[in-house]
Amino acid sequence: MNVGVLYSRIRRDEKLLLSELRDRGHEVTKIDVRKERFGVHEPPEAFDGVDIVVDRCLATSRSRYVTRFVEAYDVPVVNDPETAAICADKARNSLVLAEADVPTPATEVTFTKESAMESIEEFGYPCVLKPVIGSWGRLMAKIDSRDAAEAILEHKETLGHYEHKVFYIQEFVEKPGRDIRVVATDGEPVAAMARSSDHWLTNAARGAETEPIEVTDEMAALVERASDAVGGGLLGVDLMETGDSYTVHEVNHTVEFKALNEVADVDVPAAVVDWLESRVRGVEVTP
Amino acid sequence: MTDETITAEDPITGEEIEIPGDVEVGEIIDSPITGAELEVVSADPIALEEAPELEEDWGE
Repeated sequence: MNVGVLYSRIRRDEKLLLSELRDRGHEVTKIDVRKERFGVHEPPEAFDGVDIVVDRCLATSRSRYVTRFVEAYDVPVVNDPETAAICADKARNSLVLAEADVPTPATEVTFTKESAMESIEEFGYPCVLKPVIGSWGRLMAKIDSRDAAEAILEHKETLGHYEHKVFYIQEFVEKPGRDIRVVATDGEPVAAMARSSDHWLTNAARGAETEPIEVTDEMAALVERASDAVGGGLLGVDLMETGDSYTVHEVNHTVEFKALNEVADVDVPAAVVDWLESRVRGVEVTP
Repeated sequence: MTDETITAEDPITGEEIEIPGDVEVGEIIDSPITGAELEVVSADPIALEEAPELEEDWGE
C-alpha cells in the first residue's frame, strides 16, 4: 500500500512508523503540510496514488484543517477530522466522554474571570485550570488558593489568544503519583504504560518516569468506550486511578508512542502498521 | 537506525557537525555544538536549518 504521512516535524515516533512501513515494503509518501496548498476542489499532487493518509501533524491547528481537506478529497485518513476536532479541544473531549458515560473528572467551562472564580471556589482547593487547546502539560495550573486563582485568571486574560478566555476548570484528582497512557487502535489496547512523577503533572514530555503496565479488563473496557466516544482510530487514552476504579481525563489523536515503545514488550509501530494494513484492506473491500 | 554518521554544516555556527546517516527530511536533530534544534531540510545534499520555535498548539 501507499501510505501518505502528513507531517511538519519528523519526531522519533514518525521515524519508527516510517521504518516499519518501509521494512514491510510499503510505499511511503511524506507530505510536509507546511509546503502544500490545499484547494477546495482539487487535492495537491502529493496525494496521487495514496491509499491511506496518516495524520502525524505536530500542530493541532494544521491537523484539524488538513484532515478535513483530505476527507473532502475522498482519501481515507486516520484519524478522521471529527476525531481530531474532538480530541484537539479539551472541552469537547470532556463533553463526549461525559455523554458516553465514561468516567471523567468533573469539569466546567466559563468565559469570564468572575464566573471562573465562582467555579473554582465551588470546586474548592486544589483544583485545576487548563487551556482548552494545548498539550505536554503546558500552561496547566493547579490552583491551591484564591490568591493564586485570581493571579492566574488575570494572567490568562492578558495572554492574547481568545482561547485563553475559555476557562476550563476541573476537579483535582488525587492520583497515586502516576497516570496511565493506553495506546489503542479502534478501541483495542496495543500497550499501556504508567507515567510517574513527584510533580502533579505526569506527562512523559515533562520527564515523568515510564514503566509498562498490564491492561486490565476494566481498563480495556474503558478504553474501548472512550475510543468510541471520540470516533475511534489510533488514540492515546489517558486514565487516572481513583482508588477502586479509573477516570479518563483525555484522549489524544496524534498520539506519541516512542516512550511506550521503549518500555512495552509490544512492538508499538508494528501494531500500528498492522492496524493501518487492516484499515486499507477494509477500504478496498467496501463496495 | 544506523551507527553511520554523515557530515553537515551547522547553520548557526557554520561549523561541520556529525549527524546520524539515516536522517529523514523533516527530522529534528540537536546540534552537538550549540544544543539548538536543527531541521533536516534536504537529505541529498544534506542541509540543515534552525528548527521552528515551539508553538502553542504543538503536541499530541
